[in-house]
Amino acid sequence: MTWDIHDIQKWSWRKHPLGGVIEDPGNSSKFKTGGWRTFRPVRNALNCNQCLICYIYCPDSSIIVEDGNVTGINYDFCKGCGICATECPRDAIEMKDEGEETDKQNK
Amino acid sequence: MVVTKNTVALIGTDAVAEAMRQINPDVVAAYPITPQTAIVETFSQMAADGIVKTNFVAVESEHSAMSAAIGAAAAGGRVMTCTSSQGLGFMWELLYIASGLRLPIVMPNVNRALSAPINIHCDHSDSMGARDSGWIQLFSENAQEAYDNTLQATRIAEHPDILLPVMVQLDGFIISHAVDRLELIHDDIAREFVGELHPAYSLLNSSKPASVGNFDSLYGYFFEFKQQQEEGMRNALQVIQEVGKEFGKATGRSYGLFEPVGMDDAEIAIIALGSACGTVRSEIECMREAGIPIGMIKLRSFRPFPAAELVRVLEGVKVVAVMDRSDSFAGGMGGPVFMELRSALYDMPNKPQVINYIYGLGGRDLSIELTQKVINDLEEIAGGKEVQQKVNYLGLREGEE
Repeated sequence: MTWDIHDIQKWSWRKHPLGGVIEDPGNSSKFKTGGWRTFRPVRNALNCNQCLICYIYCPDSSIIVEDGNVTGINYDFCKGCGICATECPRDAIEMKDEGEETDKQNK
Repeated sequence: MVVTKNTVALIGTDAVAEAMRQINPDVVAAYPITPQTAIVETFSQMAADGIVKTNFVAVESEHSAMSAAIGAAAAGGRVMTCTSSQGLGFMWELLYIASGLRLPIVMPNVNRALSAPINIHCDHSDSMGARDSGWIQLFSENAQEAYDNTLQATRIAEHPDILLPVMVQLDGFIISHAVDRLELIHDDIAREFVGELHPAYSLLNSSKPASVGNFDSLYGYFFEFKQQQEEGMRNALQVIQEVGKEFGKATGRSYGLFEPVGMDDAEIAIIALGSACGTVRSEIECMREAGIPIGMIKLRSFRPFPAAELVRVLEGVKVVAVMDRSDSFAGGMGGPVFMELRSALYDMPNKPQVINYIYGLGGRDLSIELTQKVINDLEEIAGGKEVQQKVNYLGLREGEE
């Protein structure tokens, strides 16, 4: 069974699976948890030498790697724990206030 | 098929254990507490002797008993536990999880007072506290009904339109430890009636994995799941009657949401739960023989509360006394059955007067004399006397100051 939840906010209470049981495995990728963040890791690509330490340490697999290179951070799932910024040997990741960053985006 | 009667004399706890033997659950996780202990004792012996295929888990507390029951039910098993009083109290947070996850767990609860002062005898304060926990609650008048209700509870809980846990109430000591005459059903008939459990999912089925007990606070559909539980309760009003009727076909003993006694022409009535109905019934029969238009409603299903059905049966009644074996400590509002019945009657055009008798707390007997006092009060009120006190404490010592 593939659980299509793209319009879940429009569902009637009758449509939800009884007891909140989820019978569609591997759907946690649909559950965006980035909203928990207080601090946001912001990457400075100029300082990065692609050692991939951030990728190895990230507990939420939120470091985006393409063709062996870090290209960004997945803010849909990054919870802002700051491990990447602490472990980065070249200080290429800075933790910034999430509220201020969001305000900047919204301007 | 010719069915010979199988009449036995059993104490209530053994009658329940006998029903559990016939249900033959996959898992029973339980912890002993007076007066429920005898159920677990008898049943664990059956499990040890291999009479049942049940995996009996001797847990270290009631909190663990319900936790284990929830896990086993989510794994797709048919699961039972049983408790009393403080044990039910210790299960509290898990009661809501069992109903919220829609797990059809069946739990006989031997009604006993809650401490303090410590008291092991019967009243309904334990299960009444759990009335809003999303469990179906069936009350039993005697050992026969405790046995019959346990068998039916399995069918009700597992019905696809319900999938809610069920508590089967039996009065501590009065039913649980008194020898009673009852008819047991033959194993074949009991097993055919109970049938097989077909769980929608199982945590143990790796080819069809499921995730149970998920976090729901970010997107927030909690409210929707609660509405589904309420719908399950409403469906139960129908299903309890269907299962009760089917049970009647198999055994000759039919059940509904409540049992009306002499209500067709009753002008005064008593509504009660559990073993008190035996005492009330015998008095009512005497009174009816003497030509007094009195009836009784034995409330079997307290959750769901059959409000519309009770309104119908109370049409034409002048005064009704509600017997509550627990207090709600609301400062004069009366016991839980009283409150709910009055709420149910609020929209009725010619509603009867309703008075409350809180009785039997901590196991105090409901004697014939006390029952007669209630009936006298009802007759006087029906005859035009003004109600002195809406909420009465029946059998309370009111002697020297």
